[in-house]
Amino acid sequence: MANTGKAFIVSRGELQSLFDAVIARGFMPVGPIVRDGAIVYDELRHVQDLPEGWTEDQDAGTYRLKRRDDKALFGFNNGPHSWKQYLFPPRSKLWQGEKTEDGGFTVEEAEDTEKPFAFIGVRACDLHAIQVQDKVFMSDRHPDPLYAGRRGKALVIVVNCGQAATTCFCTSMNTGPRAQGGFDLALTEVLDGDDHYFVAEPGSTAGFSLLAEVPHTEADKDNVAAALECTARAEQQMGRKIDVSGVKELLYRNYDNERWDALEKRCLACGNCTMACPTCFCSKVEDVTDLTGDHAERWREWDSCFTMDFSYIHGGSVRPTTRSRYRQWLVHKLATWQDQFATSGCVGCGRCITWCPVGIDLTEEVRLIREREKD
Amino acid sequence: MRPHPFRVLDIAEEIPGCMTMRVAPDGAGGDAAFAPGQFYMVYVFGHGEVPISVSGDPVKSGELTFTVMAVGSVTQALCAVKPGAVIGLRGPFGSAWPVEAAKGRDVIVMAGGLGLAPLRPSIYRLLHDRNDYGDIALLYGTRQPDRIVFPQELADWRDEALIDVDVTVDTAGRDWPGKVGVVTELLKGRDVDPGRTSALICGPEIMMRFSAYALLDRGVAAENIHVSMERNMKCAVKMCGRCQYGPFFVCADGPVFAFDRVQRLFRTRDV
Repeated sequence: MANTGKAFIVSRGELQSLFDAVIARGFMPVGPIVRDGAIVYDELRHVQDLPEGWTEDQDAGTYRLKRRDDKALFGFNNGPHSWKQYLFPPRSKLWQGEKTEDGGFTVEEAEDTEKPFAFIGVRACDLHAIQVQDKVFMSDRHPDPLYAGRRGKALVIVVNCGQAATTCFCTSMNTGPRAQGGFDLALTEVLDGDDHYFVAEPGSTAGFSLLAEVPHTEADKDNVAAALECTARAEQQMGRKIDVSGVKELLYRNYDNERWDALEKRCLACGNCTMACPTCFCSKVEDVTDLTGDHAERWREWDSCFTMDFSYIHGGSVRPTTRSRYRQWLVHKLATWQDQFATSGCVGCGRCITWCPVGIDLTEEVRLIREREKD
Repeated sequence: MRPHPFRVLDIAEEIPGCMTMRVAPDGAGGDAAFAPGQFYMVYVFGHGEVPISVSGDPVKSGELTFTVMAVGSVTQALCAVKPGAVIGLRGPFGSAWPVEAAKGRDVIVMAGGLGLAPLRPSIYRLLHDRNDYGDIALLYGTRQPDRIVFPQELADWRDEALIDVDVTVDTAGRDWPGKVGVVTELLKGRDVDPGRTSALICGPEIMMRFSAYALLDRGVAAENIHVSMERNMKCAVKMCGRCQYGPFFVCADGPVFAFDRVQRLFRTRDV
């Protein structure tokens, strides 16, 4: 799946036929909707379900929906949800087992009954986040059956960003705002006076054949330029930046930086950042039985390196202080992740900044660690 | 990711609160071939799963031995199983003691407490290929005389004189004829040829740290010193994230590490 260089126009009025085509192919379309004062992801069957005319104010520890003065369908940035909730569900059954009469037991892998997902409105940073999690869950040796199954069947429809939040820093992480490949179809929403259309770029044969079922025209030079202008605008609006040059070595050198002590005082160890992060993959398992004790199940749930339980071995937690747990999270995200998976664990989506209740900003922390590195 | 059923052949108390059990595959699917130092995820039906290193002889095929201390809910349930019961196993996982690479060299095995259990398969292996190695020493430290695991083997190994067995305890009554002191004391006055010595260390982290540094002081190179790490673990396949140790996943990059790879982390608190 790569950008083919072919661009087409789908008018605002024809967008529903794209949804219809996705549904007709047996996909469960999921994407942005307004709920509980935020733009979250859920099932999406109609264009009217989209957050038309909505945007938001984001900053460290702040998220507020507000009205736009136009009717943009994708005129917002990332909310608290990410696509990992579909590929790596917050809670999933791994297997169930039954005791047998000879005192033994049988175990059966849980079946995934979900329809294949069509992700509508994937931002470039989040597309990278999916690719980061691919490396975790689809290793050659031990692929996760649930993740690999869902990922293999998923249809990815990107919407390139036409604006950036103050918490965004995808340009620093080289992940956006324009998706370069790895999608089935990429849309850029263009609002130009009364003109409202999408520049559609297929990135796979599935994307091409999907588009074939949607009324469209060839994009001309001006359309393509208008689309590029959108992402250029987002780039200019980029609210934050982070200097990641040599960040792995920087953090490896700074396990004793004084900034960790400041974070000990600020961080609540609530784990919000790890839940909102589109790449965080840590989990726990829960083994349960029914009342007879003859039927057992194993469930996997999202977990967070900010809990004491996370690193508990007999005798206590390996990381007993908030300082050590925040350090684990940040060093993992930006440094050890590179050694583990040959990629950064951060895609610059800014969620951990927005959803931190005390507004801890990792871009600022890295800057301060760099500044206060002892000579 | 599914546990395979293994039947418990026998189970006996090793020391108070600690059991040694032998298990064999119950039907198809279970893999009982392992390398010394590797571990399995051991499941007790309905209770949960814990990582346990194999403590038995790698040469004996078709069965596995585990030595388990009852410290949490799963290990308590595991220690309470009866012969004939069925437990679940996934594995083997992880890296192994470098017994092949140590051929032609002297080997110092240093164990602290129950740390002798994950080392015992390597000792069996060293004894099996005894002529391939130079001097072999087992330096074992534990808390009290009644916390000494595998006393019969220790006595046998001492009698056979194929390896030099030296034991010390932290505290003991007057009836203890042996040594009292920490395990690093056993290195003192011992002939160590640093250029041809490989060391295998397993025990509490603090014990491994002092042992490794004592060996470094004697001139043994960090890459020839090996330690076995323990971390919280759920999946054993680099997916749950819990066993991270700096850049490493203990489940896959470890549990056995050459000391030069982890020396920096050993010097850092709360990694």
